[in-house]
Formats: sequence, C-alpha cells, structure tokens
Amino acid sequence: MKSLAELEAIRKSTLSRIIVRKEDKTDTTRVVIGMATCGIAAGARPVMLSFMDEIQKRQLEHVTVSQTGCVGMCRLEPMVDVILPGQEKVTYVHVKPEMVPRIVAEHIVNGRPVQEYTIGAVENA
Amino acid sequence: MKEIALHLLDIVQNSVKAGAAHVDIGFMLDDSALLTMTVRDDGCGMTPEFVAKVRSPFVTTRTTRKVGLGIPLLMQNAMLTGGNVDIESEPGKGTLITATFHTDSIDCLPLGDLASTMATIIMGSPDSPEFSIACSSPKGEMSFSTEEIRTVLEGVSLAEPEVVQWIQQSLQEEIEPILGGIMR
Repeated sequence: MKSLAELEAIRKSTLSRIIVRKEDKTDTTRVVIGMATCGIAAGARPVMLSFMDEIQKRQLEHVTVSQTGCVGMCRLEPMVDVILPGQEKVTYVHVKPEMVPRIVAEHIVNGRPVQEYTIGAVENA
Repeated sequence: MKEIALHLLDIVQNSVKAGAAHVDIGFMLDDSALLTMTVRDDGCGMTPEFVAKVRSPFVTTRTTRKVGLGIPLLMQNAMLTGGNVDIESEPGKGTLITATFHTDSIDCLPLGDLASTMATIIMGSPDSPEFSIACSSPKGEMSFSTEEIRTVLEGVSLAEPEVVQWIQQSLQEEIEPILGGIMR
C-alpha cells in the first residue's frame, strides 16, 4: 500500500482549504454524474474520474462532484449536470473523458457553457 | 458492460441504497481460473418473494420505470462463462451476492479497472457505508477498508480529489500483482 504517511500529508494540505470552503457555501458549483446501470455501461466511470482529475489539477476549491441515478434518458448517457451558483443547470450528454477538460475550463472556470455538448444541441441536431 | 469491475460498480449501488453500514467486496481467483466475486452488505435485505423474482429484468425497486437490468446483465455475463450468480438475502439482515466467472472462457469479460471502480464507489458515498475489498489469487492477497483510512484522515472527507486519487493509485498498485493476469 502507498504509505499512510502520504495520506496524512494529504490530510494536512487539504484541511486548511476545507476551512476556506466552509465559510463560503453559496459559492459552490455542483457537477452531478449519472451513475445507474445505463450510465455505467455507457462509460460514466472514466468521466467521473476525469472530472476529479481536472478539478484537482486546477485546484478548484468550490466544486463538488456527486453521483445520481437514472434520470430516464438512458440513450443520452453518460450525462453530466453542471450547476453554477445562482444559475440554471446545464446538462451535457454523451460525455466522454476527452470532453471534460473543455467543460471544466470553459464552463466551470469561465462561466460559458460548451453549447455543442449540451442536451439542447445534441437533441435538436 | 465491458468489465466485471463495472458490474461491481453497478451492484454496489444497490447495497448503498439498501442503507447498508458495511459493504464487503471480495474477489477470489482460484488455481482453476475460477473467479468468485462477492458483495455482502448489512442493508435492508429482500424478502424471499422478492429474491425469487429479482433476476427478472422486469422487476425493479425504482418507480420511474418497470425495468431493472443490473442483476440480469451480471447474470448474463457470468453464465456466458459457465459461471452463475447466487443471491442470499434476509430482510433486516442484508444481502450476499456471489457471482462466479470461469476466466479461462473465451466469453469472460476482463476484470477491468477495479481500482477506478472502488474510487468511484467511495466518492459516491464518502461518509457511509464503510467499504472493504479483499482480493486473493494463487499469487497473493490484499485487503483495504475505508474504516482504516478514515481514522488517518480525521475530518477530511474521503471524497476530496487528492484522497480519491490516493485510494485509486494505492489500490491499483496492490491489486495488479494479484489479479493483473485477468484485468485486461
């Protein structure tokens, strides 16, 4: 096993940042990924890990990643909702790990949804 | 599903929804290439009547629709190799799912990325239940539990990206020498 000492170091470096985050709860962006049988079979697991990876790389403090069940549009999985504070949710469909860095950079960081990946663009095409 | 590890991810969601406090996962590969996957939880369990029909794709606990494919798909992939799926459950006590795969069958799925699956499972429910995983093969054995690392982390969530990455990497390193032969 990678050493528990390493985990202890992670704890220390994380703790200070958590305190900052708690003070400002209204500021949180939520990323919600469909993780039911349909989502998993369509490839949601690598998508989720890509989001974690990208968030860590960019040291984004106010972003949480969570999982949800099947929302009934299995043919559009993997689906990801991005909810910026105070804004309407944006739903991305047929998400692949390669699309994640762009969603994070353009939408989560810069506030401009990647229109071509959204449910509106795909469904009306 | 393209990996046995993805079936695990899917099946474990049911244990989480059943309100389990502990979910224990096992992968045992014996010297005749038979892989046994077990998922044991102490969640709400199922009545004998429900267990009897849970293998049907047209039975589900969800209310949005009348199909549930988690168990039927797992059964299909186990049975294609000559293996099977066994479900034992008791209301109030929990459920044990045992799936067997003959990994020397041409139709056997690769085990896949177990470390990513565990990282995803733990991320999805970082506070409870406690998860454990044990893997064994003629080459050796390993075990890991969230309980163990929670004490080290004291107050830091298991869903922190750094922690998830640590879990994924350390599991990868530990599982590879034991089950690496059937992963891809």
